[in-house]
Amino acid sequence: MNYNWNWGIFFEPSPEGTGTYADMLLSGLLWTIVTALCSWVMAFTIGSLIGVMRTLPSKTANAIGTAYVELFRNIPLLVQMFLWYFVLPEVLPQSWGTWLKQLPNAPFYTGVVCLGFFTASRVAEQVRAGIQALPRGQRMAGTAMGFTVAQTYRYVLLPNAYRIILPPLTSEFLNNLKNTSVALTIGLLELTARARSMQEFSFQVFEAFTAATILYVLINLVVITAASFIERSVAVPGQR
Amino acid sequence: MQVRFDRCGLALGLVLGASLLAAPAGAEELTGTLKKVKDSGAITIGYRDSSVPFSYLDGNQKPVGYAMDICYKIADAVKAQLKLDKMEVRLNPVTSATRIPLIANGTIDLECGSTTNNAERQKQATFTNSHFLTATRFVAKKDANLKTFDDLKGKTVVSTSGTTNIKQINEANTERKLGLTILPAKDHAEAFLMVETGRAAAFVMDDVLLASLAASSKTPDAYAISTDPLSKPEPYGIMLRKDDAPFKAVADAATKALYTSPEGKALYDKWFTQPIPPRGINMKLPMSDAMQKQFKNPSDSPDPAAY
Amino acid sequence: MLANFDFSVITSNLPYLFFDGMRFTLGLTAMAAGMGIVLGTLIAMARLSGVPGLKHVAKVYVELMRSLPLVLVIFWFYFLVPYIGAYVTGSPNPIQVGAFPSALITFTLFEAAYFSEIMRAGIQSIPKGQTAAASALGMNYWQSMVNVVLPQAFRNMLPLLLTQTIVLFQDTSLVYVLSLTDFLGAASKVAQRDGRLVEMYLFAAVVYFAVCFTASFLVRRLQARVAIIR
Repeated sequence: MNYNWNWGIFFEPSPEGTGTYADMLLSGLLWTIVTALCSWVMAFTIGSLIGVMRTLPSKTANAIGTAYVELFRNIPLLVQMFLWYFVLPEVLPQSWGTWLKQLPNAPFYTGVVCLGFFTASRVAEQVRAGIQALPRGQRMAGTAMGFTVAQTYRYVLLPNAYRIILPPLTSEFLNNLKNTSVALTIGLLELTARARSMQEFSFQVFEAFTAATILYVLINLVVITAASFIERSVAVPGQR
Repeated sequence: MQVRFDRCGLALGLVLGASLLAAPAGAEELTGTLKKVKDSGAITIGYRDSSVPFSYLDGNQKPVGYAMDICYKIADAVKAQLKLDKMEVRLNPVTSATRIPLIANGTIDLECGSTTNNAERQKQATFTNSHFLTATRFVAKKDANLKTFDDLKGKTVVSTSGTTNIKQINEANTERKLGLTILPAKDHAEAFLMVETGRAAAFVMDDVLLASLAASSKTPDAYAISTDPLSKPEPYGIMLRKDDAPFKAVADAATKALYTSPEGKALYDKWFTQPIPPRGINMKLPMSDAMQKQFKNPSDSPDPAAY
Repeated sequence: MLANFDFSVITSNLPYLFFDGMRFTLGLTAMAAGMGIVLGTLIAMARLSGVPGLKHVAKVYVELMRSLPLVLVIFWFYFLVPYIGAYVTGSPNPIQVGAFPSALITFTLFEAAYFSEIMRAGIQSIPKGQTAAASALGMNYWQSMVNVVLPQAFRNMLPLLLTQTIVLFQDTSLVYVLSLTDFLGAASKVAQRDGRLVEMYLFAAVVYFAVCFTASFLVRRLQARVAIIR
């Protein structure tokens, strides 16, 4: 095998002049985490709204919710990324488009928005499934108590539904985290992009990718541990 | 690190030494790429999407270009050397970022495009006689009025990932404290698109590629190339696998024969002074003095000072 | 903007988009799904086998694949497969693997981890009594798996397997990062060559949507039918 291993490469200065290759990878890791968190906040908010809409008695709300989920689930993420980044500024009025293009850190904002809307469709499905998994009696009990629809959701249905869907939400969170790597195609310098540029600058392909792999595995472990901690701390005593 | 340098030095010495002694390679015991080509009856050429006019896709999405023509000559020489009746020439797309690993891992045998031959890359791959010389500059919209690298201060620029140019602009950014945001693009077309759509103020690349991209854009007059270069003119070479002296000997002999014959000049003129597909643009780049010298006396040196 | 929407750029490139691009995408999807389901089933059986070493290897493999982004895995395998090939065949030099086989291996290995999770649930959904009955009839492990457990598991999980295949169909667009000409790659090459981004990317989105929407609609109908029979 004619490959020169060189694990010391991480401590050599990168051509960007701001530190070593290890620093370069860590800055990528930071972008990955920040992008994942920001887009998750968006996805969780929108996803919850859409998910709730799909369980409401209103036909219109149902239709809007369904349309949203179908639209965002049936187009590949990469294509959505291009739509947000390349197509949106062209179809907006010109002055808006120019403003959008000249935003500093445009790949980051685009990545967050794109992932936010994309992941929201998946969160919505989980929220809907969670609400539908609850016994019908709970909704009726809410009505019997004199709650409005909003109150029923706020005090009865959602607190229970979120507890049920915590495990699938965790895996959606992890999917969202992994999907941040797709934003490298629009120039976001996240972990995979950094590993790739390290490979290009240093030619140490496998060291760079091994390091990225280990970092991804570590974040996954941290998230899973945190999720099980949350699960235990919010569990309703006596349930299940 | 020290160990690696020594080994590479030794390997380089071997390659150079062997190419002097072994050309033309004996037909006895085949090794490396030649053996592979003989056994499989096929050679694989790596081509680029948008390195106009070196290696790019024409109107029918078929790879064509100056470097592709050179590579077909090398392939012919390999076929003759191995006395094969039939040899398949396979094509595989590469990007700036994937070309070096793909040469190393055997996916492609020849990389035909616009790959700068420098001392650093010599550690990963080897190059045959240089086929072009070019310096790093940038292209920007004319109305932005950007002429020198200092004009770019604080702006967003784009370059192609995996190129020497993105490395140079990164280094210059730190050294000259330009405060640039540097976006990496997958290939030259995507990078140019960033300037075209206003996502980046400038695209930093080899000037010849910038000229061809601007010329083939929808509005060639809207773009201007910077006046000051970021580097000395650097050589482009066809990239080959490292430590494969017999194969390099064949490729060197084939390119030398091509460049020193009138055919070499004709090939150059075909791609640089005449209209080229798909839209019939003309690069209008007659052969420079340095290029004429290179064709008269072909060299594979990675050192810009050698030209 | 939509006033100067140019449909001719789409129509004049249709043969390239579909014969070169879509054929690559569909071929890759179909073959990777087929091989991925077979490999995934084997991995699921390994995980449920109870054999100490095997069980753990399978688990680590699945967890590792599931914690990595596909883009990173695509890069890994594109560069690594030739070395693995050399190791397997004992050749001193990396063996040559073309772009399509390399992508196929990548997607097969990656999706197998996801398919294995589905098949594991499928196998576990078959009541223990059935395997017990199979052993009582004198069947060995493989006989009871092939004749009793897997056909039912496969049938129960068919909608999920197909849904995962639709995800795989969407995921193949990521070979864009290697400049391969799948459907999206073809669309973006035309878009960049002709400077017609808006048209090509919107068209790509519409095509992907039409295919995936139809496919998931059919899967839902199938799901309803399977559910009734069960």
